[in-house]
Amino acid sequence: MAKHHIEATVNGDAVEFLCETEETLLDVLRDTLNLTGSKEGCASGDCGACSVMLDGRLVCSCLVLGCEVSGRKVETIEGMAKGESLHPLQQQFLKSAALQCGICTPGVLVASKALLERSPDPTETEIRYWLAGNLCRCTGYDKIVSAVMDAAATMRKG
Amino acid sequence: MRYEAPESLEGAVALLASAKDARVLAGGTDLLVQMRADVLDPELIVDIKKIPETRAVTEEKGGWRIGAAVTGAELKEHPRLKKVWPGVVEAANLIGSTQVQGRATMGGNLCNGSPAADSVPALIAAGAVATLAGPKGKRDLPVEDVMLGPRKLALEKGEIVASFFLPPQPARSSDAYLRFIPRTEMDIAVVGAGVSLTVDGAGIVTAARVSLGAVAARVLLVAEAAQAIVGSRLDAAAQERLEAAARAACRPIDDKRGTVEFRIQVAGVLARRAALIALDRARSN
Amino acid sequence: MAETNGHTNGQTNGHPQGFVGTRQIRPDGVDKVTGRARFGADFNLPGQLIGRVLRSPHPHARIVSIDTSKAEALPGVKAVITREDFGDQPSEFIPAGEMMMNYKDVVRNVMAREKALYEGHAVAAVAATTTAIARRALKLIDVKYEVLPHVIDVVEAMRPDAPLLHDDLFTVGVEPKPEKPSNIAKRVEIKVGDVEAGFKKADLIIEREFKTAPVHQGYIEPHAALATVSEDGATELWTTTQGHFIVRAHCARLLGLDMGKVRVTATEIGGGFGGKTVVYLEPLAIALSRKAKRPVKMVMSREEVFKSSGPTSGATVRVKMGATRDGKFVAAFAELKYQAGAFQGSPVQPGTMCAYAPYDIEHVHVIGYDVVSNRPKVAAYRAPGAPISEYAVESVVDEIAKKLGLDPIELRMMNAAHEGTKAAYGPKFGPIGLEETLNSIKKTEHWNTPLRKWQGRGVASGFWFNIGGETSVSLTVNEDGTISLMAGTPDIGGLRAALASVAADELGVPYDKVRPIIGDTGSVSFNFLTGGSRSAFSGSMAIVEAAKQIKNELIARACKLWEAKPDQVEWKDGAVRPLGALAEKVKPMTIAEFAKISGKLGGPIGGVGRINAQGAGPSFGTHLVDLEVDPETGRTTILRYTVAQDAGRALHPAYVEGQFQGGAVQGIGWALNEEYIYGEDGKLQNAGFLDYRMPVASDVPMIDAILVEVGNPKHPYGVRGVGETPIVPPLGAIANAMESATGIRFTELPMSPPKVLKALKEQGRNKA
Repeated sequence: MAKHHIEATVNGDAVEFLCETEETLLDVLRDTLNLTGSKEGCASGDCGACSVMLDGRLVCSCLVLGCEVSGRKVETIEGMAKGESLHPLQQQFLKSAALQCGICTPGVLVASKALLERSPDPTETEIRYWLAGNLCRCTGYDKIVSAVMDAAATMRKG
Repeated sequence: MRYEAPESLEGAVALLASAKDARVLAGGTDLLVQMRADVLDPELIVDIKKIPETRAVTEEKGGWRIGAAVTGAELKEHPRLKKVWPGVVEAANLIGSTQVQGRATMGGNLCNGSPAADSVPALIAAGAVATLAGPKGKRDLPVEDVMLGPRKLALEKGEIVASFFLPPQPARSSDAYLRFIPRTEMDIAVVGAGVSLTVDGAGIVTAARVSLGAVAARVLLVAEAAQAIVGSRLDAAAQERLEAAARAACRPIDDKRGTVEFRIQVAGVLARRAALIALDRARSN
Repeated sequence: MAETNGHTNGQTNGHPQGFVGTRQIRPDGVDKVTGRARFGADFNLPGQLIGRVLRSPHPHARIVSIDTSKAEALPGVKAVITREDFGDQPSEFIPAGEMMMNYKDVVRNVMAREKALYEGHAVAAVAATTTAIARRALKLIDVKYEVLPHVIDVVEAMRPDAPLLHDDLFTVGVEPKPEKPSNIAKRVEIKVGDVEAGFKKADLIIEREFKTAPVHQGYIEPHAALATVSEDGATELWTTTQGHFIVRAHCARLLGLDMGKVRVTATEIGGGFGGKTVVYLEPLAIALSRKAKRPVKMVMSREEVFKSSGPTSGATVRVKMGATRDGKFVAAFAELKYQAGAFQGSPVQPGTMCAYAPYDIEHVHVIGYDVVSNRPKVAAYRAPGAPISEYAVESVVDEIAKKLGLDPIELRMMNAAHEGTKAAYGPKFGPIGLEETLNSIKKTEHWNTPLRKWQGRGVASGFWFNIGGETSVSLTVNEDGTISLMAGTPDIGGLRAALASVAADELGVPYDKVRPIIGDTGSVSFNFLTGGSRSAFSGSMAIVEAAKQIKNELIARACKLWEAKPDQVEWKDGAVRPLGALAEKVKPMTIAEFAKISGKLGGPIGGVGRINAQGAGPSFGTHLVDLEVDPETGRTTILRYTVAQDAGRALHPAYVEGQFQGGAVQGIGWALNEEYIYGEDGKLQNAGFLDYRMPVASDVPMIDAILVEVGNPKHPYGVRGVGETPIVPPLGAIANAMESATGIRFTELPMSPPKVLKALKEQGRNKA
């Protein structure tokens, strides 16, 4: 069976790739497009390490087929910083030591950015429930939640 | 494995009717997981998200028509739907995580055929009717008649769920969905309870529907539980009758998520709690 | 969220402190927040093949035959390996993290030989050009099994009529030596005084039996390895591991390679917690690459991680403690039965050592049994063995407090181990911080906040001994005066930041002029693995050594340059400085200035620290937790959590707090929801994150971290390892809080809702 030829936008760039039907968007990002920032922790949508934005919607890329993204917009962790400037969330995570091993961090950052775009002044509870799909085994979530709140405050100041 | 994304119901039906082993792709939150686990190996995937009827949320004849492939997140963002059917919307938004809600649909949730599906008890309690499209044309089926057992649906070959119709709601009506999970998020419901009801000006329940999930081989519509509270103010005695009726209807199993004893006990608790929330919401409608 | 008690005991021995103790940005941080950092599965080589493993579907079976011919014939398959590709290993015990392993078992765990001993046991492996072909190839391998009866539970496995896993396993540590093999690999014991005499002096004796289930370390990153073997046997391996030197040793041994020809790079690691101190995929990837003559990449699926990598033991523990009515512990007994999985080597020994370590008790007797059963071979999990035994002990201590009407913190204070106490397992404690942690908890607002109905509060203390070990570090002064630091213990959560701080302070240079990397096995001398809470402790010690060499060298060069004697110069604040009259003749010279002219003064400037770090100080912790139970459903919500732990000296406070918080939340999961669930068929039912329920962000509150610092006099900065102790107290603290909330003592973990509801219902109390 011939592969699908897909054209899409990834982190603002026009991309073209071939994929089999059963390849997920995560497989395509990591193995074909060499964007290894999105991670596979479970391949079943239970850990959030593969989180990306698809047409502005936060999703697990392991639950999207590669051939579904034809003509659509994908944003991954690799597109979060702008040039040499880190996003305020990225900067805050470093300042607050909100990561230890770092494997969940790309997914957590993508998910947090999606939250703050919708809800610029979230409560601790809102943050925790929004991020419930991003498993972290190292930090116990404390510094992650603090970092999101502090970054939100920074971003609100403009 | 082929992938097709038809742009009409007829196109989808024709593809599904012709292939030996074809699967519908809506949100993919069950299909892709099962494919990766080698449980499913379809020869054809039919993506229905390009079909307008499956993606629209429209008012119709005083009620609401919700496309089978509308995501939970989209339902939550709809300006008016959650005021009318808060239970249905909250149920769809309990499935999985924020990421999963960005993709999961009520059509997929129903057709995955799990009696623990979160949105199904809420749909049944709401009196939702599924509109199916198939080789013989369209037909309607109450949602409680769609799932016959685990992974067993009343759909014929080539039939898909195109949309759900939520009936017009009388004044002073509302609904609620609660589930029991051991964590706060991310678990499959150990017990699910959906209740919708209507009260009159004096605070008496004039109509009710109670649905329980994860306590039997299919999602149950428990008429006796509804009868237990119709005509009452949902006072303590009515609540006890409701709990007892809910428990009596359960035929659960022991599994890695809960025991028979636990499910039966909690079913009563959740039915009561959901009814009280629905009552509170109905009174302010 | 943290308060520092600031005890340093002046334990810095004159070492400068500019960056140590502050919250610097970690040097590997930018790559981690941008997705640039490369973890195990992020490495690829041109022409690589994908390797996949065929695993036993049976928990116990003799492997009668394996026919790989159809798989080998499938186009795209370049190599297939089975037990035939691994020579047998004679029996030899070697340290594996803080546990012991036998090479005879290692080779069999990596690839089954005579028997499949657990569901998920590797039976064969293939390397193919695509994942799809590799998966198809596995289906073509024909394995004939003779299915045998299996045994899962530890107590059942100890029965004389239990299905036998190894017919050559004879219990060690019992007299007379057994004539029949059994599933009991070992009996260990520690004994101080005479517990029978001690119990006679007790006014109160409490005896309880506890049960825990196996739990997995739960690292989010699955195991991954990429191997490439050249025709001359030179091997390169990238793997996500806590110990790349250990990986090299195992692979060299199992495959008959010279260690010098095997170069292992530790990739960034997405969590380990002890579970990545052993080998699974690495020998397979190398063997496949050797056969296929192409690089082979292997990554475990999440299901494989649960089924085929080692969780920690499930156990049955009996505790009996005696106290006088004033609360003095007079005698303590415990019997621990830990299940090791398919091969011997559960952490029952450290469990035995740690059980009563927080307390000064005259008569102590602990017996431990290491028992095999048809489950994956157990691997270390953060303070291996201690959370289990200390859960049991802390529960009984709590019960003693309640029965005697004593405050649980006061009771622990009364019996607390302190400097000079001789631990039941042998050593005498130097300065330790248990009492300080108890006092810190007592002073918190948390401890003094009133509770409502169905809310409960629990406190528990815990201990881990920590280790030092072989460590090699090199410091190189670059021509522009910047410093390259090469360490050799994988950084699992902030180590590079801590080491860079130490190096910066030792050499008197700015923090961002020190660039730390973790060197591969070809670039730095031997390092024991990252485990035992040793990497910051030992690494910093080795850096002090290396820095000393540089400072001594620069002093020597200054003396030569200035024609001075050693007593006319001193090293201070990043420069060699002339003293006295000499100061009028010459100006101080910084490292950078020496570096610029290094060629003229003798050559490149650098230092190496190669040590076997001794003097690891134990870290004590006390945890306080409030929770609320929903009596109608048995569901528990953690309301508030405070950790106080002795770090000796926190090189980087934020990452030390992070260890406290992360360990506490792992403990919350272990106490409330995590467990391996087996069916009657011996197969794992919850091999995924959906039903193996680890805490999510909404399950836990903020974890308040109190940094206690009772300096370790044996470390130049006073450092104690901190990584493991945080997971030890939570089980007891949460069980004690449950008792406080419900009046019911739960002696079985996890305290999941069905168990809690059942217990409440039996008492007719499942009402709001």
